[in-house]
Amino acid sequence: MAFLPVLLWSDLLVWLLVAGLGLAAWGVARTPPLRAAWGRVLHRRTGMAALVVLAVFVLIGLADSLHYRPRLADTPSPAEAKAAAGKPVYGVEVFSLLDVLLTPLRTQMEKTYSAPLATRAYAKEMQEVRQPDGSLVQQRDFPRLRHGGKHLGDNEAGRDDDVLRRVLAGAGCALLAWWGLAEILVDLLARARGCSRREAWHELWHRPPTSAAPAWDALLLALGGLLLLVVPLLALVPEYHVLGTDKVGQDVLYQILKSIRTALVIGLVTTLVTLPVGVLLGIAAGYFRGWVDDLIQYLYTTLSSIPGVLLIAAAVLMMQVVIDTHPHWFDTAAERADLRLLALCFILGMTSWTGLARLLRGETLKLAQLEYIQAAQAFGVSSWRILLRHILPNVMHIVLIALVMDFSGLVLAEAVLSYVGIGVDPTMISFGTMINNARLELAREPMVWWSLAAAFFFMVVLVLAANLLADVVRDAFDPRAA
Amino acid sequence: MSDLLSVRGLKAGFLAGGRVLTAVDGVSFTVAPGETFALLGESGCGKSATALALLRLLPDAGRILAGEVWLEGEEVLGLPESAMRDRRGSAAAMIFQEPATSLNPVLTVGRQIGESLARHRGLQGEAARQEALALLAAVGIADPARRLEEYPFQLSGGMKQRVMIAIALAGEPRLLIADEPTTALDVTIQAQILDLLAKLQTERAMGMLLITHDLGVVARSAHRVGVMYAGEIVEMADRQSFFGCPRHPYTQKLFAALPDLGQRGGQLATIPGQVPGLAAMPAGCRFAPRCPVAMDRCREQSPDWTELARGHRVRCHWVAGQVESVAAEAALSVADATPAVSPTVPALSGGGQTRAAPLLQVSDLKVHFPIRKGLLKRTVGHVKAVDGVSLELQRGRTLALVGESGCGKTTAGKALLRLLPATGSVQLEGKELLPLSIGELKPLRRRMQMVFQDPFASLNPRLTVGEILEEGVRALQVGTPGQERRQALEALLASVGLPPEALGRYPHEFSGGQRQRIAIARALAVQPELLICDEPTSALDVSVQAQILNLLRQLQDSLGLAYLFITHNFAVVEYLAHEVAVMYLGRIVEQGPVAQVLERPCHPYTRALLSAVPEPRLEGQREMIRLPGETPSPARPPAGCHFHPRCAQAMDVCRQAYPPLSHPESGVQVRCHLYPPE
Repeated sequence: MAFLPVLLWSDLLVWLLVAGLGLAAWGVARTPPLRAAWGRVLHRRTGMAALVVLAVFVLIGLADSLHYRPRLADTPSPAEAKAAAGKPVYGVEVFSLLDVLLTPLRTQMEKTYSAPLATRAYAKEMQEVRQPDGSLVQQRDFPRLRHGGKHLGDNEAGRDDDVLRRVLAGAGCALLAWWGLAEILVDLLARARGCSRREAWHELWHRPPTSAAPAWDALLLALGGLLLLVVPLLALVPEYHVLGTDKVGQDVLYQILKSIRTALVIGLVTTLVTLPVGVLLGIAAGYFRGWVDDLIQYLYTTLSSIPGVLLIAAAVLMMQVVIDTHPHWFDTAAERADLRLLALCFILGMTSWTGLARLLRGETLKLAQLEYIQAAQAFGVSSWRILLRHILPNVMHIVLIALVMDFSGLVLAEAVLSYVGIGVDPTMISFGTMINNARLELAREPMVWWSLAAAFFFMVVLVLAANLLADVVRDAFDPRAA
Repeated sequence: MSDLLSVRGLKAGFLAGGRVLTAVDGVSFTVAPGETFALLGESGCGKSATALALLRLLPDAGRILAGEVWLEGEEVLGLPESAMRDRRGSAAAMIFQEPATSLNPVLTVGRQIGESLARHRGLQGEAARQEALALLAAVGIADPARRLEEYPFQLSGGMKQRVMIAIALAGEPRLLIADEPTTALDVTIQAQILDLLAKLQTERAMGMLLITHDLGVVARSAHRVGVMYAGEIVEMADRQSFFGCPRHPYTQKLFAALPDLGQRGGQLATIPGQVPGLAAMPAGCRFAPRCPVAMDRCREQSPDWTELARGHRVRCHWVAGQVESVAAEAALSVADATPAVSPTVPALSGGGQTRAAPLLQVSDLKVHFPIRKGLLKRTVGHVKAVDGVSLELQRGRTLALVGESGCGKTTAGKALLRLLPATGSVQLEGKELLPLSIGELKPLRRRMQMVFQDPFASLNPRLTVGEILEEGVRALQVGTPGQERRQALEALLASVGLPPEALGRYPHEFSGGQRQRIAIARALAVQPELLICDEPTSALDVSVQAQILNLLRQLQDSLGLAYLFITHNFAVVEYLAHEVAVMYLGRIVEQGPVAQVLERPCHPYTRALLSAVPEPRLEGQREMIRLPGETPSPARPPAGCHFHPRCAQAMDVCRQAYPPLSHPESGVQVRCHLYPPE
């Protein structure tokens, strides 16, 4: 085999989560009220657009969650290979599917900083320039980049034209692709409704106010926007560093794309830790009252009075010691970084369930007074059954809203923690580590701004999409609106 | 123009899902100074929307679509918002339904009255204070100087509504709009507030627009009445002709649907179906789908006004036809047009009951909630919600537990089912319930069940009707699962008048009355012998209430159920109950057969309570017994007889000792010093 699949712990959790979401979607499709609520989410233009943007982020993250170790190519000779048969040698570096897709970005390293779309480096260097008369003159100048704009050759002045041409060509392709997608969608809609394509197209853009159909227009617009952004980017990527390079000459766009997985893992896996603890303790405290309530309340008041950063710092540093003293646990650096990421998720989860639990306790206190709970009690239904069957489904909307809102908070928390040095492993690319590096870059003269700006922009888009979705979800699941 | 308020063709609606749903459709009426005009209608017929539209207070989604509103000779719908603000409060003021939420909890009463005084009359400082004191005195609040500095939470419900009225009066309005001003209050307090409004109205010659669903309130306070149905006024009359000869089929049905003693044993007249939703208004006459005398013409053409007498107008094709043919025919009543229902089981009261062992015997039931204070949560006192209640209920009989809010009747009902911790003795066919463990209690649970007050809160919105019905069956392991159980559930639904398809649907797809049927079916699913009904009709409209009462009576006849019927509504008691127990502050003050207790009440509290109930007719209004003050807190009941601070006949002994049980008439038990035990 040419590669060895590697299943990191976080990969496992991510794929389990995907499977869980699939299962949940199946359940939703079978429960009319839930289906109606999600229908309302899709009905809102904001919701649909946010979902499209998030879906792109998730796809990138998932592509980055399929890991492997390549087989080393330089197997000495067939004879020796035969001797070592069954024991092929694999590289120590772990790559993902995304890395394969981004091979040019990953391998085209420069020496150091270069500005976005630059053809020359950002710092002057001593270099020898051959004069027309054949003599070599030592000269301090910005050196040409190894990869960025190499295809231009001597015609560096033609860069702007080249970029413009590529962007226009990309935009043209994007429009074509969009047109194709729109045609397919209209075709499907026309077939589903049994009307002509023309009517379907008209209805897509002019939804009657009474229609509960999903906001296909927002889907098309969001896709159009994304295509217009991505396709020209694809046209530029092979020849330029679109977002510049960092200190060691690595492409910033590559780092950004790799950061997305880290952010998603932090956001999703942490909620996986938070959820059972927060939900269980919250509704148990609200339903049982008495000493159970007292105990849980004392627990979360105490926990939330400890400064979170302090607790996280202590736990992460302890984890680091454990990792450092047991190097034999890990085959590769990636596994080590992954364990630290998971530890961080776990610790963040352990400190952030209190809000959810408090919210659910209050709601359960209210629900427990409702008459359908008392009716169940009058039937002698057991307490745990009441919790699972009557209370849990009726607080699920709060859980969902809290989760979607927490997600953005956690992505931001990772950035802050990495900035103060207690976040993810320094070798792991994340928005936090990028921002941490930017600390020195901003102090430099002339300033290197693109790394921070790019991380900032992508993180804002991710968090904004999540927040917009949270708003729409809250509206759709609000029992008063239903 | 002499009218204070004149509304012409007012049309208002709400924006929903991109279109406007008309809630008020072409309403016209006038209110003269010093006159009370009542808008009567069931929930969802657009009466509150009308009131809000008059003052342009509709919520964001609301739209005024057409019409004119002339207030003191001025068209207010065209006024700019700044000018409108001057009119609100000074030309026309409004009182809302729920006094608890219409006062700001963080401002003192004085501040809230002062706000209006400063806005409309420019009074500040001491002048405003004096005026506020005068207002509070005018609305009958004792010790106004102290109350001025108090916050709303320190006031009782009745006092809050008085303060609301004082605030409304602060701008010296010429028109008072009262939107269900007494619906959230107890009958004795309701009587006080209605008297107060009438007194203020004559003193100040105010016009009043009274919005209510209660025919009794209309009979007591209104001069003229407009009946609203599905956004239209269908009948308009002065009080005499309205109660004397209501003409519109809907109005007649409303009167017929009211339960009272005269209809005991018979079926109540019901209006089939329910008020149509805003999105699905029938064409033609809007009442046609529910009307017993609907003709083809009713379904096609919306009827015009027919003038029957001076000031008595009706929108109905049928009435118009009757008037045209023979004006003086006496057969104008819908009751004659519908097949008469034969009274079925009038065998009631007294007589040859066999004195079998009672199904339920309660003695000295007590529910005390501890009041805990301080860091260690030490018990510093008890709220004696139920304080020594004794009851007896025979199989197949109905015992009504009556009282005002806070008297502990619901608590008692829940304690019987052991939903609340209680002491005393509760015996179900001689088997003591209170000391049983949860496991031992379980087999007994299927023998007694409960129907709750609010059908919107008593069904889990996330479960299908089938799952809701099955819950008790499964928990108590009644019958076998599978096809057989499904058939049993379908039969159960049929017995409460719902189709079998309902099993797969969710509660929100049903109306209030249908939900209450589901709740009854849920309780019946385990085949109980005793049903505790906790105000099962108080959240429902009159016409739907009649349907539920009929259902309960049928079920009692066919299944031999015993009901413990908790209610504050005497009309329902008269119609349904065999025996009645009146509760005051956690104790039963009078108990006996319905006929005796309601005809010849002994205890002063029962008498006052009965006299405070507004009767939906003109003649036969009971003589009012004014009950001063309000129910004291059950945490600190008065010494001696709990009722003595409000009792007109209180004697010295009442202040010292709680009265012993006495039997002034056979079968009646009273606790009052007026009737010393023989």
